[in-house]
Amino acid sequence: MGSYIPSTDEQKREMLEKAGYSCFDDLYHDVPEELKLHGELNLESGKSELEVRKIMKNLSNENTVYSSIFRGAGAYCHYIPSIVKSVVTKEEFVTAYTPYQAEISQGVLQSIFEYQTMICELTGMDVSNASVYDGAVAAAEAVSMCITPKKKKVYVSKGVHPDTMKVVKTYSWAYGNEVIELGLKDGLTDAEGISEDAACIVLQQPNYYGLIEDVHALAAKAHEKGIQVILSMNPFAMCLLPSPAEYGADIAVGEGQPLGMPLSYGGPYLGFMATTQKLMRKLPGRIVGETVDHDGRKAYVLTLQAREQHIRREKASSNICSNEALCALTASVYLAAMGPEGMKEAAVQCYSKAHYLASELEKAGFGRIYQGDFFHEFVTACDDPEALNEKLAVKGILGGMPVEGGILWCCTELNSKEEIDTLVQEVSK
Amino acid sequence: MKTLFERSVKGRHCSILPACDVPVVKPAEAREKALHLPELSETDISRHYTELAKQTFGVNDGFYPLGSCTMKYNPKVNEDAAALEGFTAIHPTQKDAQGCLKLLSMMEKDLSEITGMDEFTFNPAAGAHGELTGLMLIKRYHELHGTPERNKIIVPDSAHGTNPASSSMCGFTVINIPSSEDGCVDLEELRKAVGDDTAGLMLTNPNTLGIFDKNIKAITDIVHEAGGLCYYDGANLNAIMGIARPGDMGFDCIHLNLHKSFSTPHGGGGPGSGPVGCKSFLANYLPGERITVKDGVYAWSERGSESIGKVRGFHGNFLVVVKAFTYLLTLGKEGVPEVAKNAVLNANYLKHLLEDTYDVAKPGTCMHEFVLTLENLKKETGVSAMDVAKALQDYGIHPPTMYFPLNVHEALMVEPTETESKETLDQAAAAFLDIYKTIQENPESLHETPHNSPIGRPDEVNAARHPKLRYHFDD
Repeated sequence: MGSYIPSTDEQKREMLEKAGYSCFDDLYHDVPEELKLHGELNLESGKSELEVRKIMKNLSNENTVYSSIFRGAGAYCHYIPSIVKSVVTKEEFVTAYTPYQAEISQGVLQSIFEYQTMICELTGMDVSNASVYDGAVAAAEAVSMCITPKKKKVYVSKGVHPDTMKVVKTYSWAYGNEVIELGLKDGLTDAEGISEDAACIVLQQPNYYGLIEDVHALAAKAHEKGIQVILSMNPFAMCLLPSPAEYGADIAVGEGQPLGMPLSYGGPYLGFMATTQKLMRKLPGRIVGETVDHDGRKAYVLTLQAREQHIRREKASSNICSNEALCALTASVYLAAMGPEGMKEAAVQCYSKAHYLASELEKAGFGRIYQGDFFHEFVTACDDPEALNEKLAVKGILGGMPVEGGILWCCTELNSKEEIDTLVQEVSK
Repeated sequence: MKTLFERSVKGRHCSILPACDVPVVKPAEAREKALHLPELSETDISRHYTELAKQTFGVNDGFYPLGSCTMKYNPKVNEDAAALEGFTAIHPTQKDAQGCLKLLSMMEKDLSEITGMDEFTFNPAAGAHGELTGLMLIKRYHELHGTPERNKIIVPDSAHGTNPASSSMCGFTVINIPSSEDGCVDLEELRKAVGDDTAGLMLTNPNTLGIFDKNIKAITDIVHEAGGLCYYDGANLNAIMGIARPGDMGFDCIHLNLHKSFSTPHGGGGPGSGPVGCKSFLANYLPGERITVKDGVYAWSERGSESIGKVRGFHGNFLVVVKAFTYLLTLGKEGVPEVAKNAVLNANYLKHLLEDTYDVAKPGTCMHEFVLTLENLKKETGVSAMDVAKALQDYGIHPPTMYFPLNVHEALMVEPTETESKETLDQAAAAFLDIYKTIQENPESLHETPHNSPIGRPDEVNAARHPKLRYHFDD
């Protein structure tokens, strides 16, 4: 069996004896006999590190690693600079706890302060929290910020990611909010019938089908009715399209995974949340602030904790205890490595390559099913997406996501022209 | 030290992307405000974060007896396993992911065995997220059994703050019940609290005082007889895994913190993983899809309309589960109870070394952690739990959890974990005793600690009154 217990048997005996016990069983005298496990656990025997490595390697080999990926649908494959892995595997960052002890946690605190600043810059909002679990949870938590005892109705566009819809619905059911789905017209959110009695509306830019929504108009319409706007937006789209603040969002949220996190079968990912000064004290989760120590030295601390569960208990704005600190760090290092020009360039390449692929696919007989412009994803007609994907898989290509009406394709800066041309050749066969 | 933004030099950059190899096109509308991100070379970035790392105290930097957080050593082989390309490069919607599904399925089986539950979901991303999920199961149960009026959750006053907060998010009213003198659930208070409106009870056992509640079966029976369900907060499982099982104690559902008992790192505050397990009568309510296996082929299948839906996108924090699974492979059936026993031994040994000097909140055998109360010390000398905690930093020790649980005054909650050696515990005890000596000789000096850290105690009041939550650029 493998073990990480350093004490030798001799030391264990000595410690037991010193503490006044003759054996380990004595330590458990409060556990009633009938509750004790008297046999062995039904697990395999423990193994050496060498055996464990082999088992894990073999398990990972049972997954297919694609050499080229044309699928997004909420999880995006971007190039990850080497510096990102180098920084986020530093043991201090990996093994530390939530930075309650500010004096010995300035590093992680400052990294979160920097993350908050970069999220504010990307979104154009005033205040960011230290992150939440993922983009879907960020949207659900944003809804909770808007709900009041009098306004418990929530509009959610059918253009949001299906998991975002599910998570918002689950949280809303638990809390007793009413969710109304807003339908799509030619793939775009139709907000015609929205009424004043709702607390907020949840939109996604670009939407799940890749389309660029007219968020200016949707937000204006919502605000006219006194409804707050929650905009879930792709961080690369923010570099090219208007920012959430420019669109008029009251709360900007989104999935931060594209900022340096690998696909990882869905997690860990990163939910970012930013809002206006006005809503600052309603933000859930950790927030880092700058202050000074008793000698006047610059210092960072967890702040505005009066909102949080360990102080407010049942009256807290959320039950969130941790953030996704290491993922927030990943996003920060990624953004620092890319810089403003690199981010814009990546966004332009995502947009350009997706448009190139769309025009090539159209020539091959796969026409887009929606009219509007798109960012880096789009839906084409396809009779049998599953069969097409099986054909592509043989060539090491992960094809688009099967969706209603066809197949949802994605391009990022990672997809070279050569890869795109190969894909088009294969689908044409 | 300087921020990334203060290090930025206009025009500086890393070389990451090649030129665009397709015709460049742009959308009709564009962002107006310039994008302010730092402009840095790779050297700048590398040195910046190396410096920040030096100002961060992790488990690798020293003893970390942070009570209730189970800061055990994070094995490196777990990290290697989670970094395998066959896991990191897998798209969450791709079908040919048999390795991922098989791993999750095996992990579900192992966790069910360790906890005495029937099924698990890996959808929740953290402990608090798991609590919320567990309470949603209870809510769904009452909804589907024609008892939606059961809207009260009973929580002992020693509970983690997330317990009442999670209850509120589920629309439940929280009934706090006081603990009895020995820190356990007061059966009389519990009997008074239960009734036709009881949805359930949330409990951690061992409790936050580090005591195993020997009345546990009576407690769950009282709640069940009143028509409520019992939720087990798995934060303290490290003390009893392989020794006793929450399922056998009468609990109906449970969350685990893979980042506590199962050795995955805390990452400075996440990502964690908070899988939720339950007895079979609640299993259809679990969030996310169920893993099924047919003829050796694994697949996701819908749970149906009774499921609460989803609490997070995709399948949860998968790579964290990979790390915890690697750990369980290493420990196996022999290693799991060894962890618990040695965690308990280490706590009792350290408590023994300290209890002649400091007051222990609840004398007697503890489980994986114990709580010191500095109430008398503060009255006599003016030195608080905070002062002692800060002083420990100067000895290279991460302070214990301070001022928790709330039902102990001037509390310091100490959890050594099983991965610390006798030598480390001896040294830690020596530090505590040395601090006590200083308190007797020069109590005032304690208020100035720590001395050796990059900053002294920060002004938290100023931080909250004048929030400065981001760096502001000059232009």
